[in-house]
Amino acid sequence: MAELIRAKEGFRFYTRLHLSEMTGLKASTLGQLVELIKQVPGSCIYHHTHRFLQQHQYLSPEPPNDFAYWVIEALGEDELGERLASIDTIQFIHIRELRNEFIKVIEEYLEEHPSAKQKFARQGEEFHFMKSVSFIVPTNYTANDYREFVEVLKKITIDSIYFHVFEARLRLEKGTNDFSWWIESSCGDKQLADEIARLDPYTFTMEELRKTLVKIIEKRIT
Amino acid sequence: MIKIENYIPIVGQSIINDLQLLAERLKGKIIQNINSTPVGGGVAEILNRMIPLLKQLGVDARWDVIKGGEQFFEVTKKFHNALHGRPEEIIKQDFEIFMETSHINIEQVNIYGDIVFVHDPQPIALVEKKSLNKWIWRCHIDVSNPNERVWQFLMDFIIKYDSTVFSAPAFSRVLPIRQFLIAPSIDPLSDKNKELPQETIDTVLHRYGIPKNKPIVTQISRFDRLKDPLGVIEAYLLVKKRIDCQLVLAGGIAADDPEGIKVLEEVQDNAKKDKDIHVLLLPHNDIEINALQRASTVIMQKSLKEGFGLTVSEALWKAKPVVASNVGGIPLQIKHKYSGLLCHSIEGAAFALKQFLNNPAYAKRLGENGREHIRNNFLLTRHLRDYMLLFLSLYHTEDVVYL
Repeated sequence: MAELIRAKEGFRFYTRLHLSEMTGLKASTLGQLVELIKQVPGSCIYHHTHRFLQQHQYLSPEPPNDFAYWVIEALGEDELGERLASIDTIQFIHIRELRNEFIKVIEEYLEEHPSAKQKFARQGEEFHFMKSVSFIVPTNYTANDYREFVEVLKKITIDSIYFHVFEARLRLEKGTNDFSWWIESSCGDKQLADEIARLDPYTFTMEELRKTLVKIIEKRIT
Repeated sequence: MIKIENYIPIVGQSIINDLQLLAERLKGKIIQNINSTPVGGGVAEILNRMIPLLKQLGVDARWDVIKGGEQFFEVTKKFHNALHGRPEEIIKQDFEIFMETSHINIEQVNIYGDIVFVHDPQPIALVEKKSLNKWIWRCHIDVSNPNERVWQFLMDFIIKYDSTVFSAPAFSRVLPIRQFLIAPSIDPLSDKNKELPQETIDTVLHRYGIPKNKPIVTQISRFDRLKDPLGVIEAYLLVKKRIDCQLVLAGGIAADDPEGIKVLEEVQDNAKKDKDIHVLLLPHNDIEINALQRASTVIMQKSLKEGFGLTVSEALWKAKPVVASNVGGIPLQIKHKYSGLLCHSIEGAAFALKQFLNNPAYAKRLGENGREHIRNNFLLTRHLRDYMLLFLSLYHTEDVVYL
């Protein structure tokens, strides 16, 4: 039975806490937005594509990024908002590819709809570019088998889940989430590792993601 | 005294564990807070709550206050208004008075902190004493549209700090030093926000003659044109044509605002248009404010300008559906159609009110989302966490920091 598998190496849970750093850069039009998306540091792109996940994890899973929200709410460009919201973040392993996708979608839209260039956000509703400064801290929780793992998973903060699932994969460019990596490399359970890696975490609220992970692993040990 | 453990039932053990992890990394550092008053005002209120909690966590946080005479504080009040974008005549002598007192404070205030955390413009010039320690300037004011003369005067000091902190993205501008976004917070255990028994709520309603037989729309704000109480009445009257409800406009008058009485009189005049409008000039009583918020069906904050607008957080924490203007820090607290409804006009406010009053299930869902949004982002525990991260950021320049 899978529950008897004792990991070669224990899993140490980390947490990730963040501060929002402001750049002072702001956009009032789509033209300005796309130009700044090209220039700002990768930490800004990461911030605006992931902030919603953490701040609104209990709400419905939309909207997935700040750019989509802003073009809909401040500029009234619903169609572009939908296209930006549909960008499949999970397929990108590097921030630069994700940045290029946003640039491509906005520039294509501006070519198709030149009048959209004329739209201005009202004063006070400009898009303000910020970046995330992440502080990664080891917690006191470790797991040596699935049962311990699932018990910790139930009680750690969503910041910790967030770190292992989102930040590790894209920002730290590990290519997969930490849970799958540990399950495969230390427990030798490729099937379960793949099952978790296949999830699109961007379409869950954080609490739903926690429940889903718990369910998948509990199914494995019963 | 409130203990850090008292917050566990509200935010969970793991959040408190995180605070402890961060506090451990600040061991040995003295955090010296400096502001201009030990009591009164939002900064003193927040420091009074935060310093004891930081100490309980093991962080050596301390608090000093600068000295200043009447003239100095008159000038800093003018600076405050000018930074908010209000027209103020600032003369050369004002800057001289500011510098005269600042020089005395520079001589007399003992700087001993590893990190010196200066709040608002009054003590800003103390940075002249900067040596090898770290300095942060925390601006609590809406500086989205400041008087440029005052701002440029302050800039000579700001650039000497290591970092600055603002409350909303719109207050930032390109600066040569790091600037962080840290929103203020509410304390869920304070009189204004704690749970209240139904009898207390009923007693307050009875005291002010507010019946429970009709939905209650409430705006709690001081009587100030920037809070647009007349606009609230107009919006309510548009709603009243279709829905039988009542309006509560409750608040006080700022002691230093001579216009407040005039605004209150105008509000009272306009309130005569409908028998179900209750205009309440409240004494400073947090339990009464809490009770009125809890008794409300919908809460409004139709401000024309707002620093942060913590009344919105207070209302959402009570899981109330909120209709509020899209100004200042309000859009950080409300995401339109997710955790409340944002409006830009009287008509928009009226339409949003009708949506909530006619759809209680929708109103309930957004109110509950709002409460969770506040739990995760605008409670005192998040504020403590951000301040500790801010202190740690002074020793790390990278975007991903391993502690």
